[in-house]
Amino acid sequence: MFPMLRQILRAGLISEPAPIADDALRATTERLSMALRKQLGRALVIRHVDAGSCNGCELEIHALSNPYYNLEALGIKFAASPRHADLLLVTGPVAANMEVALKRAYDATPEPKLVVAVGDCGCTGGIFGESYACRGKIANVIPVDVAIPGCPPTPLQLIQGILAAIAPACDEASISGESDKAEKER
Amino acid sequence: MQFLDQAIEFKLLADHATLTYATRVGERDLLAFCSAAHRAERRLVALWGSDERDRDAKHGYALHAAFDLAEGLCCLTLPLSTDAPEFPDLALIFPAAERMQRALRDLCGITAQDGDQRPWLRHANWPADHYPLRRDTPDLRFASANEDYPFVRVEGDGVHEVAVGPIHAGIIEPGHFRFSVMGENVLRLEERLGWKHKGIERRFVGMNLADGARLAGRVCGDSTVAYAWAYCQGAEAIGGTLPPPRARWLRALLLERERVTNHLGDLGYLGNDVALSFGLAQFSRLREDWLRLNAQLFGHRLLFDRVVPGGVAVDLTAEGTLAIIEQCQAVAGEVRRLKKIYDEHAGLQDRFLSTGRVTPQLAKRLGVIGLAGRASAQSWDLRCNHPAEPYDQLAVQMAIERNGDVAARALVRFAEIAESLRLVQSIVTGLPPGAVRGEVHSAPGGRGFGWIEGWRGDVLVALETGVDGKIRRCHCHDPSWQNWPALEHAAIDNIVPDFPLINKSFNLAYAGQDL
Repeated sequence: MFPMLRQILRAGLISEPAPIADDALRATTERLSMALRKQLGRALVIRHVDAGSCNGCELEIHALSNPYYNLEALGIKFAASPRHADLLLVTGPVAANMEVALKRAYDATPEPKLVVAVGDCGCTGGIFGESYACRGKIANVIPVDVAIPGCPPTPLQLIQGILAAIAPACDEASISGESDKAEKER
Repeated sequence: MQFLDQAIEFKLLADHATLTYATRVGERDLLAFCSAAHRAERRLVALWGSDERDRDAKHGYALHAAFDLAEGLCCLTLPLSTDAPEFPDLALIFPAAERMQRALRDLCGITAQDGDQRPWLRHANWPADHYPLRRDTPDLRFASANEDYPFVRVEGDGVHEVAVGPIHAGIIEPGHFRFSVMGENVLRLEERLGWKHKGIERRFVGMNLADGARLAGRVCGDSTVAYAWAYCQGAEAIGGTLPPPRARWLRALLLERERVTNHLGDLGYLGNDVALSFGLAQFSRLREDWLRLNAQLFGHRLLFDRVVPGGVAVDLTAEGTLAIIEQCQAVAGEVRRLKKIYDEHAGLQDRFLSTGRVTPQLAKRLGVIGLAGRASAQSWDLRCNHPAEPYDQLAVQMAIERNGDVAARALVRFAEIAESLRLVQSIVTGLPPGAVRGEVHSAPGGRGFGWIEGWRGDVLVALETGVDGKIRRCHCHDPSWQNWPALEHAAIDNIVPDFPLINKSFNLAYAGQDL
C-alpha cells in the first residue's frame, strides 16, 4: 500500500486544462439545438465504435483517459453500450463487414444523439477509400455531426472535436436565446 | 543452396537485410519440405497466393510459403493450374496455416484440398466468386448482408453460448468471440475475425513504391514502424539500394520506441483489468511522456510515415540524444518501481498467475510466436535469431518465460521494456554519422522481402513489382495470424470474466490480420 501511495504522491497532479472547442470541425448541418447540446455537455457519455480503423485512432482515444488529458474531469466518460451513450465516437473507414454493426449501434443509441467521425479515414475514407470491402467515410453510412481529421488526430484535437459537438462556443445569453427559440418552436 | 537435407535448390536473393532464399517447387517437394521443416522444429512464417495468369497461361496461380530456417528466410512458390488452383492442406503439418488458407481462398480463389472450408475474410458482403486479388476482377460494390456463420456447437446439458462482438465493450477493435460455457467456465471459444477487412492488398496493386509505404504503415497502427520498415526492406531489395547505415540505426531506434510505447500501454491495461486502476494511471502517464518526446523529436506521436523507402524521414540532433537518454533513465527507474508494486500486489498476482495458460508444448504445436510465444518458452525473436544491422552489434537479450500465463506475458513485457530502454540508449550513443536517406528507384519485375520483429512478433512483407515498376502484389503478414488460435486454447477452463484479461495479455491485432 505505502509504495503505491508514495508513487502517487511522487507523480503528483499532472492533469492539464482542457483545450477549447474547435467549432470549425462541425459538419455544416446541425442536427441538435444548442440547448440540447448544452445539456449533454454537463454529463456526456461516449460509445466508441471502431468501424475499420488501423487501430491508430484507438491508441489516441485511449490516451484521453490518461492523467494528462483526464477526460472524465470534464464530465465525459466512455460507456460499454450504445444504449447508455449520447455520442458515438466512430473511427476508421467503414469496412463493409462492419456496416451492419455500425448501423445497429447507431440505431441502438437513444435520441438525442451525436456522431463524431474520427481521423482522416473517418472524415474522407483516407488512404483506404471505397472498394468492394470498404464504404469509405463514416458519413456514407450514418449521419455525422463533427469530423476530426488527422492521422491519427492528437488527444488535444480529439477533445476539441468532442467539445465542439456538445458545448457551443458562445456566451450564456445566446444559448438561452437559442433555447427560448426552441421552446417557442415546440 | 539446399536446406533441411531436401534436394531443392534455392537461390539467394540480392540486397536483403536478412539472408533470403527463394525457389519454385512441385507439390510433392513442398509437402516434403514442410515436413522436414516441422521435424527440424522450424516454423511457417506466412502463406499467401497470387494470380500469375498474365505470365503463365497453364499455371496461372501460385501459392507462396515462407519459412524461418536457421539460415534465413526461405520462400517456396508452388505453381497451380489455371483451371483448378488447388493445393494440399498444409494445416495438417502447421496448424497456423489453416486460417491463412481460408483467407487465401477468399482473396484469390486458391483452395486447400482439405480442412476448414468456411470463409474467413469474406462475410457475405461480396459474392463467393468475387475474388478481389484476381487481376480480371472488376472494381464492384455490393450491398451489405447479415451473415449466418456456422460456429462449431458444443452439445450437452447446461451448455450455453455467449456471443461477444463484433463491437466490444471497451475502446477496442472489432472481432467476434463465441464462448460455449457451462456456468462460468469456458468450454470452448471460437473466434470470428475479418470485420476490419478493407481490401488493403488489392489497394496496393498499381501503387508506386513510395505511396505503398504509407499504406503499409497503416496496416496496423500500433506497429506502423515494423510494417513500414518491413515494406521498405522489400522496396529497397527491388531497387537494389540498401539504406545508409545511419538510417538503419534510426529505424531501430524508432522500432524500439514503438515497442516500449505498446508495452507501457499494455502493462497499464493489465493492471486495470484486475481492478488496479493505479497501474493504468501510472503506466499511461509514462506512455504519454514517451509519445510527447516522439512528437517533439520526430514530429509524430506514433511515428507514422517516419520510415520511408531509402531510409528515414527524420534525424536526431545532439539535444535529441540527450533528451532520449534522460527519458530512458527516468522511465527505467519508474518501471522498476512499478514492477515491484505489481510483483508484491497479492490481488493482482492472484488474477495473473495460472490464468490463460498456453503451455510450452501447446505453444510449440500451434506455432505461437512473438511476445506470446516467448512467454511460453518459444525462443523466436528476429533481433536475436537473424539480427540485421544494427541488431547484429547490439547483442539483444531475448526475454523468455515458461509459464505461458497472463503473469508470464506481463513479465516478458517488463523484461522487454528494460532491454529496449538499454537498446535505445545504445543506439543513440552509437549512431553512425552520414545521410539518413538514399534514393530508391523501382525496377520492373522485381521481388523483395522484408522481415522485422515488431513488438507483437515478426512482420513479413512480400513485395513484387510489375512490368511498369508499380506494385503488382504486396502481401503483409501479421504475427497475430499465428497467435489468435492460441487465444482460443488459453481461454479453455478459465471463467468468462477472466477473458478480457487473457485477451489483453496477448493483445493481438485485428486490423493487422483482417487487412
